[in-house]
Amino acid sequence: MTTLPDTTRPGQKKLGLVIDLDTCVGCQACATSCKEWNTQGYSAPLNDWDARGADHSGSWLNRIHGYEVKEKGQAQSRIVNFPRSCLHCETPACVTVCPTGASYKRAEDGIVLVNPDMCIGCKLCSWACPYGAREYDEVQGVMKKCTLCVDRIYNENFLPEDRIPACVRACPTGARHFGDLGDPASAVSQLVAARGGFALLPEMDYKPVNRYLPPRPRRDATTLAPEALPRGDGSAMDRLFQWADGLLAGHAGTAPAARKVSRVAAIKRRVKSAVAAVKSKSRGKK
Amino acid sequence: MHPAYSVILFTTASGAGYGLLALLGLAGAQHGQASSTAFGITAMVLALGLISVGLLSSTFHLGRPERAWRAFSQWRSSWLSREGVAAVLTFLPALAFGVVWSGLYEAPQFIAPLGIITAVMCAITVFCTAQIYASLKTIRAWHQSLTAPVYLVFALATGAALLAALAAVFGRFQPFQVWLGLAALAAVLVLKALYWRAIDAAPRSHTMEAATGLGRIGQVSQWEVPHTAINFVQKEMGYVVARRHAARLRLMVLALLLAAMLLLLVSLKAPLLALVAAALAFTATMVERWLFFAEAQHVSTLFYGAKTA
Ligand code: SF4
Ligand code: SF4
Ligand code: SF4
Repeated sequence: MTTLPDTTRPGQKKLGLVIDLDTCVGCQACATSCKEWNTQGYSAPLNDWDARGADHSGSWLNRIHGYEVKEKGQAQSRIVNFPRSCLHCETPACVTVCPTGASYKRAEDGIVLVNPDMCIGCKLCSWACPYGAREYDEVQGVMKKCTLCVDRIYNENFLPEDRIPACVRACPTGARHFGDLGDPASAVSQLVAARGGFALLPEMDYKPVNRYLPPRPRRDATTLAPEALPRGDGSAMDRLFQWADGLLAGHAGTAPAARKVSRVAAIKRRVKSAVAAVKSKSRGKK
Repeated sequence: MHPAYSVILFTTASGAGYGLLALLGLAGAQHGQASSTAFGITAMVLALGLISVGLLSSTFHLGRPERAWRAFSQWRSSWLSREGVAAVLTFLPALAFGVVWSGLYEAPQFIAPLGIITAVMCAITVFCTAQIYASLKTIRAWHQSLTAPVYLVFALATGAALLAALAAVFGRFQPFQVWLGLAALAAVLVLKALYWRAIDAAPRSHTMEAATGLGRIGQVSQWEVPHTAINFVQKEMGYVVARRHAARLRLMVLALLLAAMLLLLVSLKAPLLALVAAALAFTATMVERWLFFAEAQHVSTLFYGAKTA
């Protein structure tokens, strides 16, 4: 049935992904594990054609773009890795345009799927998706899209920690999160609230469920003015750090204020603030 | 958007077929039985043949043509499904009309109602075809109020040119067929020009910054594509014709339409020239359909380097 289920009821489950553009390193682990999982699971196989030839191509459900962003007031631009897969929209025209009923949105959790046994491969759904999230499988003649790993997340044969999408499981930096975005108390919803997560192209009014977390403001030696180092307090710890810092920077003995911000100095600051935090906490307990 | 030849052929051929069929229906409603059985049968076979060729060619671009029957099921939400249902339903009154109008079965009292129902069904089917495109919010050039009127007048104009040509061949040529064809072709000319003006003026309000959401930190450009070879989305959605080339093709469409009008006018003196006029109108429609796709930019191209959409 390609008419949309009513997803406005309170407490409606909206399963989706939250993708952290700050921590994604563009390693493609999620894309390859998505391909691997989905070529043996639901709607398998996920075909490639002419895979070793000059005109190779294939259907993938997850693609990792790279964008260059010129920030205001920064001399250098920054690279943002940008994974793109189906956003499991709440009002997706990809479903309503489907003439066969192969495309559908599940009422119980909002996952958008294609039934590979009903799809006629007319490709109209891919035209209706603003996010380029659907890819046609030329070998099978049917449309493919992210399944939110519906064959993993409810799979009782898996250990509980594996009942998450393959891409989330594979990400080495924890840049992908999976959960119920319809529940404001869920970990993913809280993460979105804390980090100012956003939806893509909200003006298209497809109401994507997936959210993206913006890159954090940049702070590193290449773009920030050197910070003035805190004055040493003369403690043994301080002297040890100063000595190590100078040694690594190759100019032991120069005055601390003349040095550049270095990694060691940064570590020192972090250790110090941690120590201070522990101290104040234990003080608070007394 | 990638211009698939099967879809171009489908919309052009079936459009002309529906145009001709609708006009036959209206002519039957007005004048009663066809002037000869041979003319009636030929006209009906031509109209229904064009429609069938179009429908068949539209199944060629399906990945699973053997499942095409499933496309009749989702008429509640899908314009493509509605088009399929309307196309099949049109055959019923059309066949009945053909039988009584051409005189194969004497029932003159049914000619007018069947003719009108057929004409209305033709208009509904072409409208459904147009709505498949016009309803897509993702493609600015299609999501326009003029998209459906343009499809309808193209069907009418090619149908009228065919009717004049057919009448000329059967020696039943009449001036009103020329005036009808001229009026329809003039409407095409005006509406298509207005359509092109509208899509050129429509604001390209979607940006790469908005699509990626990265506009909140700065100005965005593409640094790396996600794959080593062109993928489905780029092939299907990423096709754009060069502006200069498109401008030339637009002129070609207008020139072909004007030539068709001119020949139709001349056919008042030499009726067989209406055949050439019909061929020109048909060619103009094919080029126009190709442009309809090639000039349409899909919003997902923003993820692949397009600055605005
Ligand atoms: S991202 Fe595209 S394919 Fe996924 S639900 Fe939204 S419109 Fe449909
Ligand atoms: S390609 Fe398949 S899923 Fe997509 S609209 Fe056509 S029939 Fe539906
Ligand atoms: S949820 Fe599953 S199907 Fe979707 S992108 Fe991740 S691994 Fe691929």
